[in-house]
Amino acid sequence: MDITFKHVSYIYQRKTPFEHKAIDDLSFHIPTGTFTAIIGHTGSGKSTLIQHLNGLMRPSEGEVTIGDYRLTHDEKPNHMKALRNRVGVVFQYPEHQLFEETVKKDIAFGPENFQVPEKEIENRVRDITQEVGLSEELLERSPFDLSGGQMRRVAIAGVLATKPDVLVLDEPTAGLDPRGQRDMMDMFYDMHKRQGLTTILVTHSMEDAVKYADHVMILNNGTKYMEGKPEDVLTQREALHNVQLDVPEMVQFLNAFSDKFGTQIPFQRQSEADLAKEIRDVLKGARRNE
Amino acid sequence: MRDKLVEFKNVSFRYGEDEPWVLKNCSFEIYENEAIAIIGHNGSGKSTIAKLMNGLLFPQEGAIVINGRTVTQDSIWEIRKDVGMVFQNPDNQFVGTTVQDDVAFGMENRGIERGEMVKRIDDTLSAVGMQEYRLTEPHKLSGGQKQRVAIAGVLAIFPNVLILDEATAMLDPRGRTDIMKTITRVMAERSLSLITITHDLQEVVQAERVIVMNEGAIWDEAAPREIFEKKAELRQIGLDIPFVAALSDELQKAGVPINHEALNHRELLEELWTSHSSM
Ligand SMILES: Nc1ncnc2c1ncn2[C@@H]1O[C@H](COP(=O)(O)OP(=O)(O)OP(=O)(O)O)[C@@H](O)[C@H]1O
Ligand SMILES: Nc1ncnc2c1ncn2[C@@H]1O[C@H](COP(=O)(O)OP(=O)(O)OP(=O)(O)O)[C@@H](O)[C@H]1O
Ligand SMILES: [Mg+2]
Ligand SMILES: [Mg+2]
Repeated sequence: MDITFKHVSYIYQRKTPFEHKAIDDLSFHIPTGTFTAIIGHTGSGKSTLIQHLNGLMRPSEGEVTIGDYRLTHDEKPNHMKALRNRVGVVFQYPEHQLFEETVKKDIAFGPENFQVPEKEIENRVRDITQEVGLSEELLERSPFDLSGGQMRRVAIAGVLATKPDVLVLDEPTAGLDPRGQRDMMDMFYDMHKRQGLTTILVTHSMEDAVKYADHVMILNNGTKYMEGKPEDVLTQREALHNVQLDVPEMVQFLNAFSDKFGTQIPFQRQSEADLAKEIRDVLKGARRNE
Repeated sequence: MRDKLVEFKNVSFRYGEDEPWVLKNCSFEIYENEAIAIIGHNGSGKSTIAKLMNGLLFPQEGAIVINGRTVTQDSIWEIRKDVGMVFQNPDNQFVGTTVQDDVAFGMENRGIERGEMVKRIDDTLSAVGMQEYRLTEPHKLSGGQKQRVAIAGVLAIFPNVLILDEATAMLDPRGRTDIMKTITRVMAERSLSLITITHDLQEVVQAERVIVMNEGAIWDEAAPREIFEKKAELRQIGLDIPFVAALSDELQKAGVPINHEALNHRELLEELWTSHSSM
């Protein structure tokens, strides 16, 4: 499902002294099947933006379209439930989407709500529990009697169980242990490819944006600051510094390397193993030329 | 010799009689003005340790001593004057209807005088960059803004022990560095022991000592440099190593000798400089 924002603004607490424009005249287009990363400083409007994607919020001004669904200030789609069935959102804080008595019921809630047959639900719960790295012993536990990272895994499982076409992830790896962060991102990416999902990832990790996204968009105070290919956008040090952000750590290192050794190794989203070989070759070359 | 501020003596804990032990015979000590990181896989017991330190939970076995006082039902009010804690999800700890009321709340409980209170609200909110939000409802903030306010609230009570349980996980990298700088400044000004529970490897590098948890037991306790030498083992227990350590590892494999474990870019570049002159 293509996603389009046309001159969208969102104003919190409109017509009160606390009125606040969190999204300001924002326009962009996300083609179906792409992986987009949204990055921006604290309070730049990322979470506000993504809550428009499943109709949880409607624009104060402008128009949002998701596939055939259209959202404006005065209009909401007739089939809001159908929209929610196709767009799965993992919220920033997992507690905000957990509410059932047990972990198992929580994961099954979405598919039940969308009338998925019981047998199928059981299979999904079993498979997804494993994919998100939850131990089966936790299935009968209350989701609130879990550790932070375990809650995060349940919240993710609950969204994946609905098998959405559009997967929206708001800092989905916060709270996961380092291996969990990597495994979870690899799993999202694998699903994205295999099932042809449209994926939107809000993240503070420049590394993840570079590694997984086809396209990045940088927000600043509710407006679009930059967008483009990750390797083009996320290497612009000055421009990123101006909005409280920084280049990925590998780019920082490559810049420092160039300052010290006088050779700029280009950043090509290479792995650490490949970078090590490039460094070796530069060092050997430098030695030979001396 | 620095004073001992926190001591865990053979502590074991479980959430109920029929539940499994989530902490198993844990002992460690934390000294005055020390910066400690606690790391470990999800569910390894880190937040449970934090909750035991300020008497939100009590151990079934062993004892916890804070600043010379054993943590019991009777001592928790005194203990909580010493121990400030920021939870994983700040929503669980907001009480005030505005940001400034919320920061004031902890101070009111400690009987801090009005003028001093106003000053500290000002200082801590500007230290975390949230001054312009002082009249906002805490629940109407963005994820990262909530974390900043929660940190201001705990800094304002001038604790001796500050526990940050993934308290900066939702901040942008710059915001994270700024908060850590603020805390380092506070540590230079007055006695404060910092315990950071984190999955952020960059934050771990800044600690003096790291406690590694695995399945409820202490798996290792050492300086970051020593911890990150155990690359393969760390990965096995759900953890990982930072970029600099990972790149050093790959450089070794590619035939570039790295003789000293580097912790930051500068150190790794120095290593490369040395090995380049001898290659
Ligand atoms: N319910 C609300 N009422 C009023 N203002 C709000 C509300 N929620 C958010 N805001 C404000 O809108 C702005 C954008 O918030 P949003 O949550 O979209 O930011 P974000 O980019 O997701 O930030 P973070 O990285 O901290 O999660 C912030 O300045 C915030 O204070
Ligand atoms: N209220 C509770 N009731 C029962 N078990 C609990 C409760 N809270 C936590 N646990 C269990 O205790 C174990 C340790 O949890 P703890 O929250 O200390 O882990 P953690 O190391 O902080 O993990 P994370 O990195 O995910 O935050 C976990 O297996 C968890 O499921
Ligand atoms: Mg947010
Ligand atoms: Mg925890």
